[in-house]
Amino acid sequence: MMDLQLLPKKLLLKGGTIYDPLKDTMEKKDLLIVNGKIASMKKGENYDDAKTIDCAGKIITHGFCDLHVHFREPGREDKETLATGSLAALAGGFTRVCVMPNTNPPLDTPESIRFILEKAKDVPVHIHPIGAITRQQGGTDITEMGLMRDEGAVAFSDDGLPVQDGSVMRRALEYGSMFDLPIINHAEDICIREDGVMNEGFMSTKLGLSGNPNLAESSMVYRDLALGEMTGGRLHVPHVSTTESAEHIKEMKKTNKKVTAEVAPHHLYFNDEVIASFNTNLKVAPPIRSEEDRTALVQAVIEGVFDCIATDHAPHTIEEKEASFDLASFGMIGLESCFGVVNKVLVHQNKLPLSRLIQMLTVNPRRIMGFKFDLFQEGVSAELTVIDPKSEWVFSKNDIYSRSKNSPYLEEKLQGRPVLTIAKNKIAFIV
Amino acid sequence: MLEQKHLLGLENYPAKDIQTIIDTAFNFREVLDRPIKKVPSLQGVTIVNLFFENSTRTRISFELAQKRLSADTVNFSASSSSLKKGESFKDTAQNIEAMKIDAVVMRHPSPGAPLHLTKFIDATIINAGDGAHEHPTQAILDMMSIQEKFGKIAGLKIAIVGDILHSRVALSNIHGLQSMGAEVTLCGPANLIPPYAESLGVTVNSNLDEVMEWADALNILRIQRERMGSALLPSVREYRSLFGITEERLARHKKEIVIMHPGPMNRGVEIDSQVADGDQAIILDQVLNGVASRMAILYLLCGGKSEETES
Ligand SMILES: [Zn+2]
Repeated sequence: MMDLQLLPKKLLLKGGTIYDPLKDTMEKKDLLIVNGKIASMKKGENYDDAKTIDCAGKIITHGFCDLHVHFREPGREDKETLATGSLAALAGGFTRVCVMPNTNPPLDTPESIRFILEKAKDVPVHIHPIGAITRQQGGTDITEMGLMRDEGAVAFSDDGLPVQDGSVMRRALEYGSMFDLPIINHAEDICIREDGVMNEGFMSTKLGLSGNPNLAESSMVYRDLALGEMTGGRLHVPHVSTTESAEHIKEMKKTNKKVTAEVAPHHLYFNDEVIASFNTNLKVAPPIRSEEDRTALVQAVIEGVFDCIATDHAPHTIEEKEASFDLASFGMIGLESCFGVVNKVLVHQNKLPLSRLIQMLTVNPRRIMGFKFDLFQEGVSAELTVIDPKSEWVFSKNDIYSRSKNSPYLEEKLQGRPVLTIAKNKIAFIV
Repeated sequence: MLEQKHLLGLENYPAKDIQTIIDTAFNFREVLDRPIKKVPSLQGVTIVNLFFENSTRTRISFELAQKRLSADTVNFSASSSSLKKGESFKDTAQNIEAMKIDAVVMRHPSPGAPLHLTKFIDATIINAGDGAHEHPTQAILDMMSIQEKFGKIAGLKIAIVGDILHSRVALSNIHGLQSMGAEVTLCGPANLIPPYAESLGVTVNSNLDEVMEWADALNILRIQRERMGSALLPSVREYRSLFGITEERLARHKKEIVIMHPGPMNRGVEIDSQVADGDQAIILDQVLNGVASRMAILYLLCGGKSEETES
């Protein structure tokens, strides 16, 4: 069980390796935290009055930041709340998350942004709301982006639903360029997707499930990239799932430095052959693609096409996931399992340097969202994660702190895990 | 006895078990020709027919098979609209389990629903069609009819004609026929052939006349009239001209092609009456074989139980 405590007045993390993802330095040092702030980073420190935690064999780094989670508040508190989602985040090593606005009602006004920030004050991780691009996520009328920014919105997205109308997307990018906040479009052309519930391919043919072709995503990603170039707006492409989308992004990034993109753990870890189990926890939008796509995404990570990893943590009730595959809700939870999954597939299986993976979980997403990212300076509030990179563990229900349990990783063997998370003057002992 | 407890689909289903079912079905065919068409084989066995979608023919065929075997049966029908209202599949399943049922015959619009059901209940599950996925009992009765007509299945050339994309019959037939050693060609409008169909090991050809030159038998699928005048199909007359089995078309091909249809037929669309009622059609034999093969499946999956408890 995770143990969440108030941070001691003086805390020494001793004997570990400090990895600073900003400076890209890996050093054996001790880290002293006094009154919740970074006090010093030296070698061989000893303080009789400090609580000391042995970090031998562990890596101390910035707290992870996930710019794409669904915490369902307000409206579906039976699935998740800001409070329960925060525990899931801590258990996954995340100290800062951005919540998507597809709640009920959606976060499409400055008042709703304020509501989230009020509620998020007392939870143990930093929460930033993303505002809707269009009112009611209706896809037609743009929201009060300026006022929402003033209240604390950090980006805009209709996530869950694509902005299907190209002219609305164009106007939103133009308008949003005044605020220099990312516009995040869930790219899936609904006309091409039709009623597809899994990747269109040999597996959908074999299983008799309606398919969602790669083109449904990649054509809209291409449109958005072109609109981003045309308008000068800041486009962030979420949960890229196809070879073609990754290629379009790679190409556009050569000339447009504003474009950023994320990839989700499940698109790197699974291919669509797993759907043969009809396990509804594997039903997600965009869908888990073919093995060719999966390997292309891994390759794209290695080539630096994606700026960050984002979980798209999407809790659903047991009832919604116990329906048959075609009727079950889209989405899976992902915060608690994230590091063990991406470390296994990227670092262990595909030789990505661990340092690059940590950057994709820390400094890169903070940069995209305009958060403070120089966290290992003296006097900065402690926001860090201690990782055991060698740990091999089997993900189980006991590792889930989300109110929902819809994880496809149950009984999966994962590699590496966060053991300690510090944020907002609290310390979470995960294992 | 069969290797698997359930009959969920014919993908990777052992060929020897398909043959066992067909052989047993021929034995039951004799029962069906007797004046008293009833045997006590499944006395004391309780079977529920769980139909989440209307399918009068399949349900009647199963019910008749159960009655001929003296099983106790219960029918449960639920409209697919109640599924959408969020009525829990698990609740329904657990209710059935609580009633101590030996076997469940299920028709469901969702692919994978029978596999899903095995997670909630211990009874033997027989798939009577799950969406566009599988319909194994239909494929077995089709193969039995082919064997009856040709005396064999291996080495035959079978074409499946029509809307392959939305068909549950096609996939089970492909898997079954291939494991029994037949060759399969799919023929239909290019936008109603599922993606990567060739990867199933079949040939795809949208030219019906070429396919008829090649085939020993045609299995004609029903085309949904609702699909006419949509993005998928322009009109009935165009479909009939490209894919309809008309008398003229049949006459153009010298070879005696055997005509099959799982029913219900759209006469004048995918098949003309003269063909459906003609000498080359074995459509009514399929119906009778449907009862016999379902008797065989039920007997092999649920049989012996009552005798064991008596001894
Ligand atoms: Zn999304």
